[in-house]
Amino acid sequence: MKLATKLRVAVLMGAVGLVETLCQTGAIARFTMIPPSEMASSLWRLLYAGKLQTDMTRTLLAVCAALTAAIVVGFVAGAVVHAIPRVRRTIDPLLSAYYSVPVFVFYPMFIVLFGLNDIPKIIIGFLYAVAAMTINTLNGLDRVAPVLLKTARVFRMGRAATGFRVVLPAAAPYLFTGVKLAVAYSFIGVVGSEFILSSGGLGYQIGFAYHNFDNRTMYALILFILGLVMIVNMSLHAWEKMLMARRGYQ
Amino acid sequence: MKTALPQAGLGARAFDFAVFAGLVLAVWQLAHVVGGEVAMTSPLGTLVFTARSIASGELWPHFEATLGAFAIAYVLAASMGVLAGAVLGYHRLSGEVAEPVLVAVYSIPKVTLYPIILLFFGIGIGAEVAFGALHGVIPITLFTMNGVRNIKPVYIKAARTMRIRPYDLLRTVLLPATLPEVFTGLRVGFSLTLIGTLLSEMFGSRRGIGFMLMQAIGLHHMDIIMSLTFLLVMFALMANAAMLVIDHRLHRRA
Repeated sequence: MKLATKLRVAVLMGAVGLVETLCQTGAIARFTMIPPSEMASSLWRLLYAGKLQTDMTRTLLAVCAALTAAIVVGFVAGAVVHAIPRVRRTIDPLLSAYYSVPVFVFYPMFIVLFGLNDIPKIIIGFLYAVAAMTINTLNGLDRVAPVLLKTARVFRMGRAATGFRVVLPAAAPYLFTGVKLAVAYSFIGVVGSEFILSSGGLGYQIGFAYHNFDNRTMYALILFILGLVMIVNMSLHAWEKMLMARRGYQ
Repeated sequence: MKTALPQAGLGARAFDFAVFAGLVLAVWQLAHVVGGEVAMTSPLGTLVFTARSIASGELWPHFEATLGAFAIAYVLAASMGVLAGAVLGYHRLSGEVAEPVLVAVYSIPKVTLYPIILLFFGIGIGAEVAFGALHGVIPITLFTMNGVRNIKPVYIKAARTMRIRPYDLLRTVLLPATLPEVFTGLRVGFSLTLIGTLLSEMFGSRRGIGFMLMQAIGLHHMDIIMSLTFLLVMFALMANAAMLVIDHRLHRRA
C-alpha cells in the first residue's frame, strides 16, 4: 500500500474515533449526534428488520429512472448537437452555465404541475444528470483523433460501422465519465427532492426522523445513503480504472 | 482537440441565440396555453408579476435574508477553500492524502447532511451559512490545490536565483501563477454556495427566497413560484456569465 493511502486510512479512522469519544464522553450532546458505533448498530437493526425495504426500493427505482433517461437523452443530445455546428455554437455557452442554475428551485413548479408523487423527483434527478452526460458526450466526440476517422475512410467503412467500431470506442472514456457523474447527480437530485418535500423514500424518512427527534433512525439512514453512494462511486471508479488499464493508460 | 467551428460573425451568432431564446419562450407559452393559468403562468404574465412584486417591496426582506446568508457563506467558503487548497497544494503528501476524500465528499448528496447541520447550528442563519459554505468550499479547495500544484518549478527557481524576498515571491510569482485556477474554483463555488443556501432555506427556515418558495407550494401560488424561479435563474445565469468573462480573460493571459 502507498504511504498516502495508509495515512488516509489512519486519518479517517482517527476522525471517527475522535467523534466516537466526543459523543461517548458527552462533549457532543446526544440530541445533537449519537456515537458512530450506535449509528452502525442502529442501521444494522433497521436493515435486519427489513424496515428500509419499501423506501429503499422507491428511491432506487426513481434514481434508476432518472439515470436511464439522463444517459439516453444526454447521449443522443450530445451526438445530435455535435453533428450540427451551428446548434453547437448556440448551445455551448448555455451548457457551461447549466450547473450555475440551482435546479432544485424548479422542484416546487414540478410538484404543482405533476402532484406530490415520484414524477417531480425523477425529473429533478434527470435535469441534474442530463447535462453532465451531454457535456461529456460532446467532449468525447471532440477528442476522437482525426487519424482514426481517416483510417476508417481508407478502409471504406460505412457511417454505422465507423460510429460503432471507431468513434464509440474512442469516445468511451469520456462517455464513462459522463455516466459516473450522472449517477452522482441523479442521486443528489432524487434524494434532495425527497428530503425537501415528498411522500416517501429514503430522503423523506431522514426528514421524518429529524422532525420526530428520532436521532437513532436519522443517523442510521444518513449513514446508509452515504455508504450506498460511496460504494456505487467506488465501484464505478474501479471499473473505470480497469477500462483505462486495458487501453494502456498507466 | 476541438473540431474547428466555421467562424461566424457576431451578427449570425446573435441571430442563432435569438432563435434559441424564441424557441424557449414559445415552448413556455405553449405549456401555459395547454396547462392553463393554474399549471404555469405565461412568460409575459411572469414578467409582469415579477416587476409588480419587486415594485411593491414585499420581496426585499426575503431577498436581503437570502443575500446576507449567501454572502457570509461565500466569503467563508472562499477564504477557507483558498487557504486549505494552498496548503494542500504546497504540501504534496497532505494533498495526496486529502484529494480522494474531498472528491468523495464532493459527489455525495450533501442534502442528507442537512439535519446534522441543523442539530449543530439550530434553525436560522447559522445553519444556512454553514450549509452554503459546505457546498462551496470543496470545489474551491480542489481547484486551488491543482493551481498551486501546477506552478512550474522553474518560476520559483528563477525567482530564487534573483534572490527574491518571500513576500515578493508571493505577490509577483505565486499569486499571478495560480490566479486563473483559483478564480475558476471561486466561480464554481459561487453557484454551489447559492444552491446550498437556497436548499437550506427550503428545508428549514422562516425567511428567505427558499422559504417563500416552499410557502407558495403550500398555498398553490403558481405565479409566485414562477416569478421566484425566474428571478433566481436569471441571477445565477448573469452572475455566472460575468464571472466566466473574467475567467476566460485570466486563462488567456496565463
